[in-house]
Amino acid sequence: MTARKQLLRRAMVPQPVARLFSPTVAIPQRRYSTHPPNAKLNLPTDYSATSLLSHTSQQTLSNPELPADVRAGTTKRMNLFQAVNDALATALAEDESVLLFGEDVAFGGVFRCSMNLKDTFGGDRVFNTPLSEQGIMGFAVGLAAENMRPVAEIQFADYVYPAFDQLVNEAAKFRYRDGACGRSVGGLTVRMPCGGVGHGALYHSQSPESLFTHIPGLRVIMPRSPVQAKGLLLAAIRSNDPCVFMEPKILYRAAVEQVPTAPYTLPLGKAEVLKEGKDVTVISYGQPLYKCMAAIQEIEKSMGVTAELIDLRTVYPWDKEEVFKSVRKTGRCVVVHESMVNAGIGAEIAAAIQEDSKTFIRLEAPVVRVAGWSIHTPLVYEQFNIPSVARIHDNLKKVLEY
Amino acid sequence: MKNRIATSLVSTSKRCAPRQHGTPAILAHTCRSTYQSCYSSTVAPPSVSQPPNADYLAFPGAAKSAFSHSLKFEQPSTHPALSTYRVVDQNGVVVDPNFKPDLSDEEVVKLYRDMLTTSIMDIIMFDAHRQGRISFYMVAAGEEATSVGSASALAKEDVVFLQYREQGVLVQRGFKLAEFMNQLFANKYDPGRGRNMPVHYGSRELNVHTISSPLATQLPQAAGAAYALKIQHRQNPSAPPRVAICYFGEGAASEGDFHAALNIAATRECPVIFFCRNNGYAISTSTQEQYRGDGIAARALGYGIDTIRVDGNDIWAVREATKKAREMALQDGGKPVMIEAMTYRVSHHSTSDDSFAYRKKVEVEEWKRRDNPIIRLRKWMEAKGIWDEDKEREARESIRRDVLKAFSEAEREKKPAMRSMFEDVYEDLTPDLKVQMAELRSHLERYPEEYDVDEFEGGKDSLTSQP
Repeated sequence: MTARKQLLRRAMVPQPVARLFSPTVAIPQRRYSTHPPNAKLNLPTDYSATSLLSHTSQQTLSNPELPADVRAGTTKRMNLFQAVNDALATALAEDESVLLFGEDVAFGGVFRCSMNLKDTFGGDRVFNTPLSEQGIMGFAVGLAAENMRPVAEIQFADYVYPAFDQLVNEAAKFRYRDGACGRSVGGLTVRMPCGGVGHGALYHSQSPESLFTHIPGLRVIMPRSPVQAKGLLLAAIRSNDPCVFMEPKILYRAAVEQVPTAPYTLPLGKAEVLKEGKDVTVISYGQPLYKCMAAIQEIEKSMGVTAELIDLRTVYPWDKEEVFKSVRKTGRCVVVHESMVNAGIGAEIAAAIQEDSKTFIRLEAPVVRVAGWSIHTPLVYEQFNIPSVARIHDNLKKVLEY
Repeated sequence: MKNRIATSLVSTSKRCAPRQHGTPAILAHTCRSTYQSCYSSTVAPPSVSQPPNADYLAFPGAAKSAFSHSLKFEQPSTHPALSTYRVVDQNGVVVDPNFKPDLSDEEVVKLYRDMLTTSIMDIIMFDAHRQGRISFYMVAAGEEATSVGSASALAKEDVVFLQYREQGVLVQRGFKLAEFMNQLFANKYDPGRGRNMPVHYGSRELNVHTISSPLATQLPQAAGAAYALKIQHRQNPSAPPRVAICYFGEGAASEGDFHAALNIAATRECPVIFFCRNNGYAISTSTQEQYRGDGIAARALGYGIDTIRVDGNDIWAVREATKKAREMALQDGGKPVMIEAMTYRVSHHSTSDDSFAYRKKVEVEEWKRRDNPIIRLRKWMEAKGIWDEDKEREARESIRRDVLKAFSEAEREKKPAMRSMFEDVYEDLTPDLKVQMAELRSHLERYPEEYDVDEFEGGKDSLTSQP
């Protein structure tokens, strides 16, 4: 089991793009989730063109959430793993109580997020652990309990379950349990790559965020882009609450944008309106935002409507006010996420919307969830399971025509 | 005395140094010369280069394993059980003629009174539960020496993780009777703010982390805490070096967290003492059903951790072993050490347990009669002429009086303010929690007959986001 797990982990290391497309080296590609030739909606996301990424320095620096000095600074082209690396390097440099560890972290990590950090900050602060998720998490809780700021990496979100006890019973409850003694493990941040990549199957595709959002005491965050990843990760590390930071691994290399070079944080617990609209609110987080944007563009063209797109960013405790404000305006709401529909983030949002009387009376249609089916994450069926542009489009249409 | 301990401690360091460092002898020796270089060498991958004419192959996972042509499986039965270190026998007679107590008579009496306090408080609180005055309790009868003896060898700055049957550690470190009682009654002075079950003590001042019910979760935490202490000492060498100590039972040692903790503590060279109270029972499960190896101490060897088994009913043995373990844990830049203290759980598991459903009363009575850690030290003190019947009576009476006084004072106090049920989930109250607090308050206002809020400090009025 362990050997197999290890092999799979190695297989999941993303290959440099240049190697994949090199004309001289024939590397057989086995893609289980592809799109048919005549597809109009289910087209691969063009990350180089999407409006969700800042392709120019000017666009990045116009972000009003960034502090003035950062906006007056420079940017650098980075993909998501480089942005994570940048945030980690910043945290390690600014605070000597920050430690970074996990399986295979020292050589740079299987997704390259910790590249060069051991060389820069030393093997006592950036190190490999034995292969034990519960050990990593327990170790991290102990470090945080003694005033350190550990950043623990779980190599894949699919492998976080052995650490669940430490997260749920220890990290989340630590401050509550300690009461007036006043100690906490707020310094703790646990990072984990999550989500589908087209060939990850049962144990390299999961997106278990809703399991953590059931646990008061944890902050659960998922960035959509390199700019967001850097700012939110730094905020998570500096936060005095334990944070679960989930990185959509499909975006590690795919999502590239101009990222401010200076350190900055983005607010936790605050959603962001990515696109304003008046007829329907689309709420999502992480990679599906790109698919939502594609579906919105289509529906706006074909139906002459405008849709509002909201990135939750922090999925717990989440920004109810921003969501309510938008739904009160549009009267229609679609929630989109990769993970299973049952008891997911969408369920919580839909319940909160109908529970809020001021929002409920403005509803023109039932709140719709577009999410993974209530199944596991199968290999050859991923394109039918993870919300596609067509499924989002179809549900938008349904909600708008209700 | 020292020699005796040294020979009793089963050390893995000799075998492990070449393994860990890959290249034996010279490099290993150099590495130990400074903290820095030793540290860096550990994180380097082991060398798999083959020394010329070696009779072994340097496999990366077992660099010094010699080849053998005999097809022989190692059998636990062919290895003798680890011995049990003892200073004083059950009659209070010193078995080591070289033993000289390193404590003054007053200090010894203090430790004795700590054990007595633990024992008397246990009896009173067990009865208090039977009378319905507290909701739960856990007695440590028979195990007083393990906790008091080990705690006496620690520094105040050391960081302590408890399981739940180590009230003696708290007593020894200066946790006051009032503090015990405030926690047990979950009153407004309970540091846990009325959230935890009884016996889940904690004290920031005494560097004791608040007890958590899940078994063994404290073990990898103690490894992490010890690593924090190591790094902090390195970043600020003027601060005194510290260790973490982690208490757990032999049942908890079956949890995955135990194994994860030992392995990560060994690989990260954490200054942590793993202190196992092997009391023979995990609720009803006996050690025969719990494990098949040579107790818990032997497991440490497999992880490359120095280990010792001690007679847990001999406070002197426990103290000497812990003293030495602390010293060792701080050597070479830090390393874990295991102590397995053999004892017997005279008490029921908790107030929710009747242990005579799974063990014979005669077994318990026999242990009580044959070997009790408190009586053992008492006999030793009497032989030394520093204790007698009068002192015993006076001590018992005054402790009992103090416990009952603290008991009745704590019992009278109000419960904590209700708002504390919403606090400390996050650093600050979230918008959601503020809404929920207001919702509860509004509900209580509309249904005043349905709840008793007067026993809480400030009644329902504390349920406001602006205290």
